[in-house]
Amino acid sequence: MTTQVKKDDKHYTEMIKKEGICINENLVYEPPRKVMYDVSMHYCPGCGHGVTHRILAEVIEELEIQGDVIGVAPVGCSVLAYNYLNIDMSEAAHGRASAVATGIKRVLPEKYVFSYQGDGDLAAIGTGETIHTCNRGENILIIFINNGIYGMTGGQMAPTTLPGMKSTTSPFGRDVKVMGNPLKITDVVAQLPGTYYVTRQSVHKPGNVRKTKAAIKKSFEYQKLDNGTCFIEIVSNCPSNWKMTPVDSNKWLEENMLPFYPLGDLKAPNGKGE
Amino acid sequence: MKELKLMKGNEALAEAAIRVGCDAYFGYPITPQSEILEYLSREATNRTGMVVLQAESEIASINMVYGAAGTGKKAMTSSSSPGISLMQEGISYIACAELPCLLVNVNRGGPGLGTIQPGQGDYFQAVKGGGHGDYHLIVLAPNTVQEMADFVKLSFDLAFKYRNPVMILADGALGQMMEKVELFPQEERTFSDLGWTTIGRRKGKDGKVITSLYLQSEQMEQINIGLQKKYDTIRKNEVRYEAINCDDAEYVITAFGLISRICQKTADLAREKGIKVGILRPITLFPFPYEVLRKLADKVKGFLDVEMNAGQMVEDVMLGVEGKVPVEFYGRMGGIIPTPEEILEVLEKKLVGGTK
Repeated sequence: MTTQVKKDDKHYTEMIKKEGICINENLVYEPPRKVMYDVSMHYCPGCGHGVTHRILAEVIEELEIQGDVIGVAPVGCSVLAYNYLNIDMSEAAHGRASAVATGIKRVLPEKYVFSYQGDGDLAAIGTGETIHTCNRGENILIIFINNGIYGMTGGQMAPTTLPGMKSTTSPFGRDVKVMGNPLKITDVVAQLPGTYYVTRQSVHKPGNVRKTKAAIKKSFEYQKLDNGTCFIEIVSNCPSNWKMTPVDSNKWLEENMLPFYPLGDLKAPNGKGE
Repeated sequence: MKELKLMKGNEALAEAAIRVGCDAYFGYPITPQSEILEYLSREATNRTGMVVLQAESEIASINMVYGAAGTGKKAMTSSSSPGISLMQEGISYIACAELPCLLVNVNRGGPGLGTIQPGQGDYFQAVKGGGHGDYHLIVLAPNTVQEMADFVKLSFDLAFKYRNPVMILADGALGQMMEKVELFPQEERTFSDLGWTTIGRRKGKDGKVITSLYLQSEQMEQINIGLQKKYDTIRKNEVRYEAINCDDAEYVITAFGLISRICQKTADLAREKGIKVGILRPITLFPFPYEVLRKLADKVKGFLDVEMNAGQMVEDVMLGVEGKVPVEFYGRMGGIIPTPEEILEVLEKKLVGGTK
């Protein structure tokens, strides 16, 4: 058994020496290496993308669908998701991931198709595509990362930025009279007859990670049933642009984001769930 | 036995898409090409299982094409000028990701919402790029309903040969008018693993990626160099044109699409008057037949370029002629189709009179 560290990766080898943390004896469990490439991610420390990628990969590995799944990456921080997930993936134009996923699923209906999108991508520039994809009931999974900010472009206001929340384009806090209200798009798509399973989860605590993973797994299983769109919002953080430590950002998420975006199923196949 | 039908240009194109075994059409209604979506909605799925989906916008349509084309399936969309403008971002992505697909523009008069009458004002957009970045579509310009059908097949052949989007640039009149068309027989819808496509990870191989994102400048430059090499090959191999009576011509009219047929009548009228006029019709607008023009310019007295716009292809004609002889232009806009007599008058006044 080797450590999951590239020998030529100086940063890590030095860290192993200094910190003594990445050694074989300490290995508790491993990343799903069949589906995840052995590379370091570009995501900031503490960002929810890394965890979400991992559980997504775990599900794909557990369901043994690596050869039957096609993912669509958005424009945003997760634009390079295909550098981490060893599956066939298509990069989409900003906001159009669900349209691209539609195109793939329509010609390959027997495959599992998902899009992975951020809040700016899915709920601002891509609102039309999101609503119509869900309304048509495209038989795909949409994973929606909501951290209330534009991460990649450097912390501008997102459609989901909370009232009063500061960003580089709402430097005095989001004034809803001027800038409009945050859009709870998950509540919107839950109303559409085309959606089959709509849930809001998070990855800021181990228990929530497990719940989110279960939701992703269920969604891929539902795709076999051809009953409509599965939509998972993951309320996430952005330590860098929120200008907080990872720990503080998760605390802030719990105290501020979750009251506004409460967790749980908005639409479940067997009535409203947990 | 020949299968002859009287069909609208739009319908002939749609019928050809079914017969060529096209896998998916994504589109949004816009005049004067809605018959394509209507015809396919009515005919295609029942006959071949082809996917036909009316999208919520042209933006969604082109991105659905992007997704479907990335699997190696034969995918297409069609629209008219304002709708094609909306698609430009997606077309640029498709060109960079090198996805084979067919785009149809049944050109109407612009700019803006313009008119639903025919126009050729989208030449620059189709031929010179349209979207952002350095890329080219292969652009085919039919001038008969027959070619509306035939070029569908040719387009998919070229698209897959070069992994490049192909555009059929027609106009509203060609889309709406009815003519006799000989249809080719139904072809099987086939699907094969092209290797680079996103169809689910192949065993023992890393996942395939369809993307147009290269954050390292050196890598992005290499992608561009690769594209430019491909365009050079296309320029070398795929120039198509029709030259009518150019051998003994003193003057040559250049025109593409439907207007080239009106110019043929002009040429006939001119020859009745003793003026030897030939027609050069570029069939591929990219690649453009510069070389043919270069050679013609050595032996004719002048060119008249006729278009249903303010003068777009004329710039390419001038590039081909290299200033050796005069290149005059005559165009009508706003959806007006000039008459043969009108064009003859211009020819006589601007060229024959001027060079005497």
